[in-house]
Amino acid sequence: MKAYLTYFKLKFISGLQYRAAAWAGIATQFFFGFVYIMVYIAFYDSGGSNLPMQLSEVVTYLWLNQAFLALVNQFSRDQELFKLIKEGGISYELARPKDLYFMWYFKIIGQRLANVTLRFIPLIIVTALLPYPFHFGLPSSFSHFLLFLLSLGMGTLLVTALSVLYPIITLLTMNEKGIVNLIITLADILSGIVVPIPFFPIFLQKISSFLPFQYISDLPFRIYVGNVSIENGLFGVVIQFIWVVLLILFGHFLMKKNLRRVVVQGG
Amino acid sequence: MKAVEDISFSIDKGEIVGYIGPNGAGKSTTIKILSGILIPDSGQCRIANMTPWKNRTKYVKNIGVVFGQRSQLWWDIPAEDTFDLLKDIYEIPEEEYQATKEDLIQRLNLQDIINIPVRQLSLGQRMRCEIAASLLHNPDILFLDEPTIGLDAVSKQLVRDFIKKLNREKHTTILLTSHDMSDITSLAKRIILIGKGKVLYDGSLKKLQNRYETEKYVFLKTNDTLNIRHKGIKQKTKNKEGYDLVIDTRLLSISDLLNIVSKKITIDDVEIDHEDIDNIIVKLYEDYKI
Repeated sequence: MKAYLTYFKLKFISGLQYRAAAWAGIATQFFFGFVYIMVYIAFYDSGGSNLPMQLSEVVTYLWLNQAFLALVNQFSRDQELFKLIKEGGISYELARPKDLYFMWYFKIIGQRLANVTLRFIPLIIVTALLPYPFHFGLPSSFSHFLLFLLSLGMGTLLVTALSVLYPIITLLTMNEKGIVNLIITLADILSGIVVPIPFFPIFLQKISSFLPFQYISDLPFRIYVGNVSIENGLFGVVIQFIWVVLLILFGHFLMKKNLRRVVVQGG
Repeated sequence: MKAVEDISFSIDKGEIVGYIGPNGAGKSTTIKILSGILIPDSGQCRIANMTPWKNRTKYVKNIGVVFGQRSQLWWDIPAEDTFDLLKDIYEIPEEEYQATKEDLIQRLNLQDIINIPVRQLSLGQRMRCEIAASLLHNPDILFLDEPTIGLDAVSKQLVRDFIKKLNREKHTTILLTSHDMSDITSLAKRIILIGKGKVLYDGSLKKLQNRYETEKYVFLKTNDTLNIRHKGIKQKTKNKEGYDLVIDTRLLSISDLLNIVSKKITIDDVEIDHEDIDNIIVKLYEDYKI
């Protein structure tokens, strides 16, 4: 276990070195945050009825989305792992007396936490000072806030379990585009990063509830704004946990299977 | 397509074996199989009483691998931080780790480079750190896949001396691939030559040299004029200071040659050169059509 934590630590520490990239990311996220919010304001102003969330909830949700994007999105893939596979550096990792799946799992989680650590605080502080309607609101209650933290932690484990699947698939395809891109695009849409899940048509909400993606960030963010009750939130955390276990088991199995057929490039 | 086929050999404890062959012969593939990275479709392999790909996690604790063309060091951080990571990965006890690390730092002369981010190191400095990283857990068996590729003469010599000493003092079994034949000649007594995925020669390097080294180059320094015709003298050219001869040693030994010549002329000096090992390898590849 210690070795995996060291992987996490090293990746976290080296990830913190990329501060310039983080500032650029923060600027982008402010920009996209404002654009999204203005779209929703126009939408609410045009007098839609039966809307599933209040505008202030949506605004806070969207800022959470931007603040934690580096943690919960799937499109920013860990380039190092893909490089390792495509250029053959994976040889060294395979020659280690540890489980490759968990080495990668802890690398990815370390990278994601480093990225989000550099980004979320300035975004939260600035948006909390903005006037209505751009104001980032407080959690709906203290217990909602605690449940939000728990659920976001679970969501982090979940998004990592999904992200580690992409390099595992690449072991066979030798290309991180193609099928992997297709899955990632669908996954990001279904996770509520583009449009919050409550705005989905009913049938898509049904489908989505049977998939793991909405449990990454949509659930914790809706708990924060109070769109989900404490009981439903706790139930959601249980589902998150089940998905985490299932995906880790599946990823572990898939990696073992793919390693039997792996082609180590070059040399 | 088969990368390697019918490759059979056994290596004794404490041996250094040079594993050679042209590009694409299957050297790296073999090393990857031996180090548990690749799983062959068929065949057997026993190393230290284990099958590499079956008891992988247990097996790899006992081996060290250096891939000259890859890096195991983390790019953004000093080599020493990677060493610490490896300590945890191989579960090396703290005291043993410190002792081994100190020893490797001394032997590979790493004092001044171990605290610099790896991306700032030269290739020679990096390779020394790579080798140290592969040996922190004191493996009994070491696989070196082109460990001197791209290194300058000084670094090469340092790496070679280090490997030689390691083998002598710790009896580490070493399998070495290299395209630099001087690596092989200075380190390995035995070589295994493979081509097109098959073993073509397995035996002592000396024997191979004798088989192919049928020509010697003799320079005679003299002021006299030499008129000589003898079987075995393949070529005779006069230059400013004397004569260059090419001798086929199967027909005429060097001592016979000197005997004959010294009766005819006064020799001021003699230089004897044997065939370059690289030429031998080229001939060998030609003979085997690989």
